[in-house]
Amino acid sequence: MEAVIEVKNIDLAYEDLVVMRGLNFKINKGEIFIIMGGSGCGKSTLLKTMIGLNPPQEGKVLYNGSSFWDEDEGRRQNVMRRFGVLYQGGALWSSLTLRENVALPLQLYSNLSALQIQDLVLLKLGLVGLSEYADFYPAELSGGMKKRAGLARAIALDPDIIFFDEPSAGLDPLSAKMLDDLILDLRDNLGTTIVVVTHELASIFAVGDNAILLDADTRAAIAQGSPKDLLANSKDPRVIKFLTRGEKQGAG
Amino acid sequence: MADNPIRKKMPPEKLAFDYLKPNILQLKISGDWQLSAGLPLVSEVINQLDSHAEIKEVCFVVSEDFKWDSAFISFLFKLRELSGQKNIQIAPQGLPPQAEKLFKLMPAQAKKILQSRITEEPFLDSIGSRVIGVKDSTLSVLDFLGDIILAFKRFACGKAFFRKDDFFVIVQRCGADALGLVSLITVLVGVILAFIGAIQLKMFGAQIYIADIVGIAMVRVMGAIMTAVLMSGRTGASFAAELGIMQANEEIDALKTLGISPTEFLVMPRVLALVIMMPLLTLYANLMGIVGGFTVSVTVLGLNPIEYFNHTVAAVKLSNLWLGLVHSFVFGIIIAIAGCYRGMKCERSSVGVGEATTSAVVTSITAIVIATAVITFVCQIIGI
Repeated sequence: MEAVIEVKNIDLAYEDLVVMRGLNFKINKGEIFIIMGGSGCGKSTLLKTMIGLNPPQEGKVLYNGSSFWDEDEGRRQNVMRRFGVLYQGGALWSSLTLRENVALPLQLYSNLSALQIQDLVLLKLGLVGLSEYADFYPAELSGGMKKRAGLARAIALDPDIIFFDEPSAGLDPLSAKMLDDLILDLRDNLGTTIVVVTHELASIFAVGDNAILLDADTRAAIAQGSPKDLLANSKDPRVIKFLTRGEKQGAG
Repeated sequence: MADNPIRKKMPPEKLAFDYLKPNILQLKISGDWQLSAGLPLVSEVINQLDSHAEIKEVCFVVSEDFKWDSAFISFLFKLRELSGQKNIQIAPQGLPPQAEKLFKLMPAQAKKILQSRITEEPFLDSIGSRVIGVKDSTLSVLDFLGDIILAFKRFACGKAFFRKDDFFVIVQRCGADALGLVSLITVLVGVILAFIGAIQLKMFGAQIYIADIVGIAMVRVMGAIMTAVLMSGRTGASFAAELGIMQANEEIDALKTLGISPTEFLVMPRVLALVIMMPLLTLYANLMGIVGGFTVSVTVLGLNPIEYFNHTVAAVKLSNLWLGLVHSFVFGIIIAIAGCYRGMKCERSSVGVGEATTSAVVTSITAIVIATAVITFVCQIIGI
């Protein structure tokens, strides 16, 4: 399998406060990779480092073999252009309609005419089930619709990798399931590599091919592998406790 | 829509047409059909269909160098929509397997786009809405003022619930933290008044009366007005932004559900702090303005410092000082209420917070000018 992302010996910190030490993992092309862990364990901090918002204190993030944080700003921007990111609240620009939100990256980086961009925007909104709401403003939408619209914007430029920050947080079970199905569709139909930060067990087991479990107490990764394998085979009580919502305490 | 400076004309060889049978149009597709490369227009295919009315099906053949992404899928989507209107079938079998799969996943037809509820009103409707809006906003302001009066009544009875620590922080932010800015601006206002006075008074050899002009102008009204303008831009805007963000984050709803009056908890301490600090800042601004005028008069215009001081003391009456303080008290109320009102009525979005902040400053400054005119008119009538 071809690794598109490799995290090597990463230390994450906010100034003097070390959040995570010595993280190592690989994400293969076309894989859905889950970064999981309890609240405050550093999942979102790791995501910010992977998408170019926070530099690591130590270590490297490699994209297709090139060290992301060692590149100059211009080259890093070029790599970042191949990412799509769905932020927790959707992060839609509130003064723009959904159509304008999705069209903006296309206007900046595609070579399509205005009419072709409009067609493509409707297709992207259609993929997330929101083409009817193209002329609505974010403030007029529910939380789940905002997330789906955020996803339409994230896939506007057909990114190679899509990062999801807590996609199911705050959603009802049906909306969360719809978002999980969209994640699977993106991987199955477009071959997109997907990284999901979440602690929602239903989503973890529904979509995750591989996962890493971060632990706030040890400030390190305590397990890696397929979520289902981890649940079936892990001997670490912390892993079992997390994956069963504390209902089983594990072998330890 | 912004023009893309790198947009290029499509090379025509990406799309060619062939007629396999009289009723089948074959699209020969080659080259780069990705977002970054651009696409041919669907209308090129439609023109072919229009000129060959016998065509009942469109099929595809792709070359080895064919590259595609969702831009190509959107081309197919549009093509299917337009050819469907002519009852022409699209046969996707010649497409790459992944594209064929995506083509089959596409919704059968474009859904009707709903109209946003935020729509542009016709001209006459907008005038009507504005008139109704003026009535509604007047009632809303009166309601807000009523709430503040009730909050102060509870405060006077010792029943108001607010955090004293928060109050002292607000006092510091509207008072001590503003001293630097107030000093700079009012010293310069004193300097400007002295220079302007000197231009006319020099012609009569009466430059010493610069002391009177600077002293009376600063103490009677200029100190209060300049402080008020600064505070509306600094503190009024900050009140609107703080409360606006609290509104957007549902923090104000959280107070209400706990049975805590947001007016008592958030608005009253801000109004009280600014009403206390504005007269003190104005006294300080008066002094700084006089210092500015004094410095220029003595160092640049060559006036005797003791004579200047004596003239200032003789010219500035206690009534001028009281009048300045009345101005500052009124301005303090205006700035605090405008800032808090706009913040509390803010829409729950980043645009709403921006609008609340702007409108707090505009409302404050407009109201300050109107209040100054009214007070000056009243003083004229009663002879102060």
